[in-house]
Amino acid sequence: MNKRKSTSGFWGRYGASYFLLGWWLILFLVFTVIPIIAAVILSFTNFDMVNMPKFVGISNYVTLLLDDEIFIKSLSNTLFYAVVTGPLGYIMSFVVAWMISETGRTVRSVLTLIFYAPSLAGNVYMIWMYIFSGDSYGILNSVLMRLGLITAPLQWLTDPAYNSYVVIIVVLWMSMGAGFLSFVAGFQQLNKELFEAGAIDGIRNRWQELWHITLPQMVPQLLIGAVLTISSSFAIGAQNAQLTGNPSTDYSTHTLLLHMSDYGYARFEMGYASTIAVVLFAIMVTTWAVINRALRSMSND
Amino acid sequence: MSTKRVSRSAAGNFFITLFVLMFAAFMMLPIYYTIINSLKPINELFYFPPRFYVTNPTLENFVNLIKMQAQSEVPFERYLFNSVFTSVISTVGYVFLASMAAYPLAKHNFPCKKLIINLVVIAIMFRPEVTSIPQYMIMSGLGLIDTFASIILPAMSGSFGVFLLMQFMGSIPNEIIESCRLDGAGEIQTFWRIILPMVKPAWMTVVIFTFVGIWGATGSQFIYSEDKKMLITMLSNFTSSGIAMAGVSAAVGVVMLLPPVIVFLFSQRSVVETMAYSGLKG
Repeated sequence: MNKRKSTSGFWGRYGASYFLLGWWLILFLVFTVIPIIAAVILSFTNFDMVNMPKFVGISNYVTLLLDDEIFIKSLSNTLFYAVVTGPLGYIMSFVVAWMISETGRTVRSVLTLIFYAPSLAGNVYMIWMYIFSGDSYGILNSVLMRLGLITAPLQWLTDPAYNSYVVIIVVLWMSMGAGFLSFVAGFQQLNKELFEAGAIDGIRNRWQELWHITLPQMVPQLLIGAVLTISSSFAIGAQNAQLTGNPSTDYSTHTLLLHMSDYGYARFEMGYASTIAVVLFAIMVTTWAVINRALRSMSND
Repeated sequence: MSTKRVSRSAAGNFFITLFVLMFAAFMMLPIYYTIINSLKPINELFYFPPRFYVTNPTLENFVNLIKMQAQSEVPFERYLFNSVFTSVISTVGYVFLASMAAYPLAKHNFPCKKLIINLVVIAIMFRPEVTSIPQYMIMSGLGLIDTFASIILPAMSGSFGVFLLMQFMGSIPNEIIESCRLDGAGEIQTFWRIILPMVKPAWMTVVIFTFVGIWGATGSQFIYSEDKKMLITMLSNFTSSGIAMAGVSAAVGVVMLLPPVIVFLFSQRSVVETMAYSGLKG
């Protein structure tokens, strides 16, 4: 179906495709794909960033899985954060995008900006430090103490009983990112005729409409959001380091990302850091394979 | 635009409005607090309990910020230029190249297509932390260290924007493309006249995340010369100086927030304009 009129030879048939694709593809291969392949190769070496990498086979993987307690701790934290914040952030982004999709354009622009603002704001999330600060000057502590709910300030950021919840709140607050924006854009591109047909076919309220007409049309955007959610929710770490300290008390909020940065940038063991990156990558790609299949099946029913 | 839709119940409208407003307030809170803090004089910054409003607003913190950076050897405008230049070139270049790449991936058939699509998707999931050393070696091999190209080229090599545009282009009906072919339009013409205008809502997303990404990136692993450094590198010197600088830090936060907000509002406006005559919504 994609034949051009002059289909003579390989370049006659595919020339336009490769011409359009080629410019970006070269940059992608040189600056993204080759560095990724190099990092995967480094995961089978010991590399201190000064001497040449030394090939050690799978010994990094063996050490990681069998002899690294902090890895196990960070893995379980990472999975916990991902399972809690991933689906919640994803659903939240979709529901809010849907709720604001029917407002007028000016209101929609302003609301989109407000919900996206935490992602725009770089390190403004440091403001959460004031809120959860452990002394009585912390906003949350001072409010709770004035209400008489607590008598002494709680250590929100350093006490392992609370600090994971603080991380989850801040991560959720920042979760309306590019996935949210593509949902908003997707809602603007929906086919209006299908909604009219639905009204005639007996769709009674907006919830039925959402489920039967809107969702199947949004599958391309749902896939975009899923990729982003996976790549961000398994890679939580920057917020933890800033808020709860790095390393946190008893590694209570340590994640795979922080474990990797620790080996890469503090201990200069790039080979081992690459091993952690490859394991993290494998977890994400596996999750993606499952979710991709589930979402695609939605458009075919 | 008067299309017939399923009726919306008043209770549902009320619930949704209430929810959106409360949620919006929660999302705004920390940024609102930063803006308020940047306007507080020094004594109000340390009130206990902390206040969510300002009694005597002042621009003192911004004046201090200007005074402090005036002591550096490289003028402020230079840092600003560096950041704006790299962000704008990266964003415009990436939207252009990514759109070109996304079209054949979405609508053509050619050898290796499936492989490239898989690479595009899984590359999004590989963490960049451990690729920075191989990337550095490639940069230095190409002689790009300490040039703006070392920031711009990797920014244009990302695959998320291509994936996003590919997904949006995939939902354009094939009949539209076929009818262009019957009218005698070549592939490049079809892409330029028909496909590009139709995916402008998706452009908004690509423009914003590319711009925000580069605007917030220091690029410090590739850039050494002081006169090529980014605005954020210079400003973050002031925010790392502890509690005494709380006011100036808040002012820095506001300054860094402004350009992305401006870009956001402009891209929203252009989207709305193009939607009006693209005919996409029928």
